[in-house]
Order: sequence, then C-alpha cells, then structure tokens
Amino acid sequence: MATTVPDVKSAAGLKNSSGLKNNSGRTRTAAIAKHLGLVAVLLVLLYPLVWLFATSLKPANEVLTSLKLLPSHIEWSNYTTALDGISGVSISRLLLNSLLISVGSVIGNVVSCSLAAYAFARLRFRMRGPMFGFMIATMMLPHHAVLIPQYIIFNKLGMVDTYWPLILPKFLATEAFFVFLIVQFMRGLPRELDEAARIDGCGPFRIFWSVVLPLTRPALITTAIFTFIWSWNDFFTQLIYLFDPEKFTITLALRNFVDQSSTSAYGPMFAMSVISIVPIVLFFFAFQRYLVEGMATSGLKG
Amino acid sequence: MTTTATPPPRTARATATPPEQRKRGQRGGPAYIFLTPWILGVVLLTLAPMAVSLYLSFTDYNLFDPPKWVGLRNYSDMFTADPRYWRSVGTTLLYVVVAVPLKLAIALGVALLLSNTRKAKGFYRSAFYAPSLLGASMAVALVWRALYNDGGTVDELLSSIGIHTGGWVSDPHLAVFVVALLSAWQFGAPMVIFLAGLQQIPADLYEAAALDGAGRWRRFVSVTLPMLSPVVFFNLVLETIQSFQVFTPAFAISGGNGGPADSTEFYTLYLYERGFTASHMGYASAMAWVLLLAIGAVTLVLFRTSRSWVFYANEGA
Repeated sequence: MATTVPDVKSAAGLKNSSGLKNNSGRTRTAAIAKHLGLVAVLLVLLYPLVWLFATSLKPANEVLTSLKLLPSHIEWSNYTTALDGISGVSISRLLLNSLLISVGSVIGNVVSCSLAAYAFARLRFRMRGPMFGFMIATMMLPHHAVLIPQYIIFNKLGMVDTYWPLILPKFLATEAFFVFLIVQFMRGLPRELDEAARIDGCGPFRIFWSVVLPLTRPALITTAIFTFIWSWNDFFTQLIYLFDPEKFTITLALRNFVDQSSTSAYGPMFAMSVISIVPIVLFFFAFQRYLVEGMATSGLKG
Repeated sequence: MTTTATPPPRTARATATPPEQRKRGQRGGPAYIFLTPWILGVVLLTLAPMAVSLYLSFTDYNLFDPPKWVGLRNYSDMFTADPRYWRSVGTTLLYVVVAVPLKLAIALGVALLLSNTRKAKGFYRSAFYAPSLLGASMAVALVWRALYNDGGTVDELLSSIGIHTGGWVSDPHLAVFVVALLSAWQFGAPMVIFLAGLQQIPADLYEAAALDGAGRWRRFVSVTLPMLSPVVFFNLVLETIQSFQVFTPAFAISGGNGGPADSTEFYTLYLYERGFTASHMGYASAMAWVLLLAIGAVTLVLFRTSRSWVFYANEGA
C-alpha cells in the first residue's frame, strides 16, 4: 500500500508533491504561469504607489497631460514647496505632531492592553467569562456609536483642540483588538512557567512583569507597530478634535488639498503625501514579519 | 497528565505564599487591578457614552444650549422626511455589497495561488499585505482620486480602448465604485488570514480525496471550501462591519462633501456633516444608534445563515 500512495499523488498532481520537487514539464509550466500571475497582481497593486512617487517629482504641466509615468525632468521644487508646510506651519512641525500622537498612542495601548490581557489570559476572577465576551463584542462596536458623547465629554473637560482625546482613550484599553491579540499570544505560553515562579514566591505582579511580559514581546511589538501606523493614518478623530493649525498633523494638512479641484497643486500635494507615508513604509520594511504574523494569528483563533 | 501533576505545586505554593495574599488571589483582587484601565475605559468611554448617545437621540442638541427632549422626532424625520438620509443608506449598502465580496474574492483567489507556492512565498505575502497598511491613509485616497479623475490614468486607459467615462470621480454613478476599488486594493489583510486557514487543512484530506479519484476542482469544492468556511465567515463578518464605517477614502474621494450630487455621501460622512458641521448632535446620535443596530442586525443575519454553510470540523468528530 505504501508504494501505491506516491503514484496516486503524483498522478493527481497533489499540492504536497507537485512544485519544485517534481520536475515534470507540466508542473514546471504551471508554476511559471502561477508566478507570472502573482507578479501581474503585484504590478497592479504597486502601480498607484509608483505613480504617487513619480507624480511627486513631476512638473505641474506634466501631471495630467502626459500618461508617461516618469517625468521629463525631476521637479524638486514640489518637495521644497511641501517642506514649507501649510498656512505657516512647517512640515517638521506637522510631522512632529503626528509623531507625538502616535508615540503616545503606542505607549498607552501597550501598557493598558497588556495589563488587561494578562488578567484575561492568566488570572481567575468573578465574571471573567462575561467580561471577556463583552471585550470581544466591543471589537465589533462601530466607533460612531460612542463618538458624539465622547466628544461632548472631552468638550466639557476642555480637552477639545488638545491631543488628550486622541491619546487618553489608548491608556484605557479601548482598542479591544489588541487586548484580544495579546490574550491569544499569552494563552500559548506554557503555564508551567507561571507555576514555577509562583512556587518561588512570586505574586501575580511579579509573574506578569518578570515572566509573562518578556515572553509576550512579539505580540507587544505587533501591537506597537499597528497602533503607530493606525494612529499615524487616523484622520476622522483628528478632524473632529483638532482646529488650531499649529496642532495639525500631517494627515490633517493633506486634508487642505481635498476640496481643491484644480490640478495645479498636484506636485506639492503628492510630495507631501510621499513624506506622510514614509514612516509607514519604513515601519513595514522593518517589521513586516510581526505585522503579517500578527494578522494571521489574531484572525484565526476567533 | 496535567491533573495529576498539579496538586503537589498547589500545596507547595500554599506554604510559600502568605495566606493573606493567597486569599486575595482567589477572590480576584489582583485581577481587577490589572483590569482597572480596561474597566475605566469600558465604563467611561463605551457604556456611558452609549447611554448618553441613546438619550441624546431623543433630543435636540447643538452642544451649546441644554438638550431639548423631542421624543421620536429625530427618528421619524430620518425615516420619513430626509431624502439625503436614505441616499446615504443606499450609497453605503451599495458600497458594502460591492466592496466586501470583491475584496474577499480577490483575497481568496490570491491566497489559493500562494498557498502551494514555495519560491518567494514570504515576499509575495508581505508585498500583497502592504496596501492594507497604506490604504487607510489620506495620501493613498488622494492618489485614487487623481487616478480616477477626469484625465487621470484610469480614464485615459479606458479612453484608449474606446470607453469614455469622463472620470469616475465626477460621475455620480461611478464615484462610489472608486471607493470600493480602493477597498479591494487592500485585500492583503483577509488574504493573510485565508492563507493561515489554508495551512491548517490537513494534507491527508486531500490525499484521501485524490485516492477517491477527486480532481482539482472537486477537491477545491469538497475539501478546501468546507474546511475554510469558518475563516471565510470570520473575514466576511469583519469586513462587513468595517465597510459600514468607511470614512477617510469616502471623504477624500468625494472632495470632503459627498459629491458629486451627494453620490458618495456615505452614512458616516452624512453623520459627520449632521453632527459636527450642522451641529445637530441629537440627530447625529440617532443616526449613530441606527447604524449600531443595523450593523448588529446584519451580523446576526450572517451568524444565522452561517449555520447552513459554515462547517466546523471538530464538531462532527
């Protein structure tokens, strides 16, 4: 029987036995066709980004008159215009403001979500089941259901047009997605470690700080990167809470271009766009493994 | 095995830790300390605001004068006297119905292509995932507006094969599809989840099917799809919920005002306009609650139908 199985496998072109091991002509052509297909998808996907970069270097008169991707000459002035910023606020200020919000959000999420996750993953307490269920439910809650009262609260507290409404909620573990992500990761850690630490006389705080948290590092990194990118990209909350141009972020600065229908500002607009996504691209290249793995594990165990 | 192993450590712990601390541990005292930020967040930033917004939805409130009770008027106005409201409902539903299946179909297709690829699999996976991180940014939304504008790349490409649209962004019938295509561009996130799901399908199922003479298509329909159905369901629920709340791309592509001719005034855009531009906080609260209930209802329907098409392997065993 053992001898017949491989024959059937290769005859049926099974996924486990096909591919590189099997060098028959048919599977090789199929593999090449597949890679061609994947590369085609990749080109379509990347085109808008390449276009963005190319357009940010185009002279104003070429943006719409020429379909050519590459500019006839490189127009650096788009970038010098973009560096001036908008309405008297320099681009370094805008970037610094974005950075401040993102870093504050990262600290808030990592601290508050890991604390809550440890309780859900490792500690016993009354109402744990219902509370965990409620936490999952809040993941699905549309942001808009709480938007207006939150605005009213922050307005009453005199916090509108400050960064508090953007950062403070992160310190209260409002992004349940990350609590869930860290819970899933902590559940995979061997309980024997906690047990051993407990025998050595560690209380829950010591176990959390010295045993569980160091091992949870990959999940914390995933949380930090996603939080950074999402806060950096965030537009809606910033649009609602920030009014003073001095406090604007790079995203809000780009908003100024939205209602302009003329294409004359295309060059500087896309130069500023490129600058605005540079941090995301860098983060992606540096941490893509954490991002993709984090997405895969959090999605699967739902 | 674990049950027999635990008792000795328990007794050891009992002697090692002071009795007072142990007692607290059993009651859950430390757990609540760890949960304090989360509980504060739930109470102050979720439950209380939801209750307040329910109350406000029955009032007339402009943020400056005290709320004035108007009963069900916001709701009756919304449902019977506000064509813009229904327009935004229609736009949003059209978007959800187009964008979600399109995005998931591409995600599943590419995941299937990738799942039995060995060379450069990690590279493709990361590259396809990248747009999911960039897609929510204002920068990319502006790019899409330019690409689909009159004279933009897509318009020129279509013109060159004889299809003259005059730009999708300025066409009330087509503008919503620009937002949908931007959503489909970000298929990487569900794709990664599909890929992880595909890897968990045991290879012996395929071998058994092949032994029974099942061809490629048959194996896909009878093995891959049922085994993957929980992941399909997960992605479907997640993407549907997210699609109802689309804002940044809609804002950018519509030029910030839901244009042309209100054709891209998504539900969230109209809610923003009512609440924060026109200062009708009561009306906007009512809209938020209807959105919450609508998303809840759609999710419930999805869960109900899932019983007939989602297959959980461990239930049968």
